[in-house]
Amino acid sequence: MLMDLQGFGHLLLSGALMTIQLALASLAIGLVIGLLGAAAKLSPSPFLRIPATLYTTLVRGVPELLLVLTLYYGGAQLLMWAASFFGYDEYIEVGAFAAGVAALAIAFGAYATEVFRMAMLEVPKGQWESAQSMGMSRGQTFFRIIFPQVWRLAIPGLGNLFQVLLKDTALVSVIGLNELMRQASVGSAATKHPFDFYLAAAILYLALTLLATLVTEILERLSKPELRGRRA
Amino acid sequence: MNWDWSVIWDYSPRLLEGAWLTLELVGLSGIFGILMAVPLALMRASAQPLLKGLAYGYIFFFRGTPLLVQIFLIYYGASQFDAVKDSFLWPILKEPYWCAIIAFTMNTSAYSAELIRGAIQAIPHGEIEVADALGMNQLTKIRRIILPRALGIVLPAYSNEFLLMLKSSALASTITLLDITGMARTIIARTYTPLEIFFAAGMMYLVMSAVLIGLFRLMELRVNRHKYISREG
Repeated sequence: MLMDLQGFGHLLLSGALMTIQLALASLAIGLVIGLLGAAAKLSPSPFLRIPATLYTTLVRGVPELLLVLTLYYGGAQLLMWAASFFGYDEYIEVGAFAAGVAALAIAFGAYATEVFRMAMLEVPKGQWESAQSMGMSRGQTFFRIIFPQVWRLAIPGLGNLFQVLLKDTALVSVIGLNELMRQASVGSAATKHPFDFYLAAAILYLALTLLATLVTEILERLSKPELRGRRA
Repeated sequence: MNWDWSVIWDYSPRLLEGAWLTLELVGLSGIFGILMAVPLALMRASAQPLLKGLAYGYIFFFRGTPLLVQIFLIYYGASQFDAVKDSFLWPILKEPYWCAIIAFTMNTSAYSAELIRGAIQAIPHGEIEVADALGMNQLTKIRRIILPRALGIVLPAYSNEFLLMLKSSALASTITLLDITGMARTIIARTYTPLEIFFAAGMMYLVMSAVLIGLFRLMELRVNRHKYISREG
């Protein structure tokens, strides 16, 4: 057989499960960062706009691997420094999963900020005004009128970003988290068949990206009322 | 937090050495990547199902899997086969430097091929008809009309891809290469100052991207000068 995993197959599957958890956790946090970032970038206040612009420019210009390494090796130092302002002086440890999720969410959030910002700009200002004239509060307007449209416009862009995020999860193997890539390394070291294991990992990543594409397409369909219920 | 500027100052020559390697990796992979991407894009746009399918599979694999897997497949994976170890390729494949360049080249060629294909298909059909009407043969048409026009269309998108490759080149550090990130990791292993050194490394990447963005702007102004120069000129 071309690819003999010598009983290490379950290792790869458990790694894939960890990869999925890593990707979904980063996605959830990254989406929140992206929405907040877009709101900050579009706000009239320079105290929000400037930090948000700085954030997206800096993060998008720095390698994701560098972010992962920085947060893993320097995260504890940063957190302890931040905590010292609140009078907390105990030792804080940052695990590989937490550092990985933080780094990936920060990277995803920077790109998602741009996607949401573009989508928010697409919704005509008049809709805010008409919702207001119907007596809706700003919050109601956002959640009932603006957000559903922003979401619809943002899904294709976010889908692409999620593909990038999914592939970037492999970087977290560098700091020792037992995700798919790391488990492939373990298997290849034990069996001396690196090609088989990395190829198997590559195929699992392909399957995951295909799955992500499929889910994005379903979400896109659901977000368009005119297509809902119609067969593909 | 005690932030130590002096450690950045002391080790900046080493980081600059790393920056040179990063530039080398990205520059070489960029050139090889384009050389591969053009035929790939032409294959992908061709009507021949076999050529089209091959190009499609290649692009699908390299865009759908993490670059790290691709690097490891080449660097560690190649050693699994005795046939490879005995072949003339081994002196190249045992060097992390060339493995990184091969992986980056294949990766970026897949992304660029899609961009170039999009650009070729975006050339107004009339221009190709005019070339036909002037009696150009297929090769002349590709050389004088299609590629120059595609270059102008593809440049903004390609500059994006090139910057992404600059960032991806940090992965070279995972196979022992001392690029900016690799150098930073070695320095940190000695000084235990991760925040300062990674900060300095990040700044280097930012400066390099800024310079590259400027260079691509200039190039775009030159290639698309027919769009910017007034008619009297």
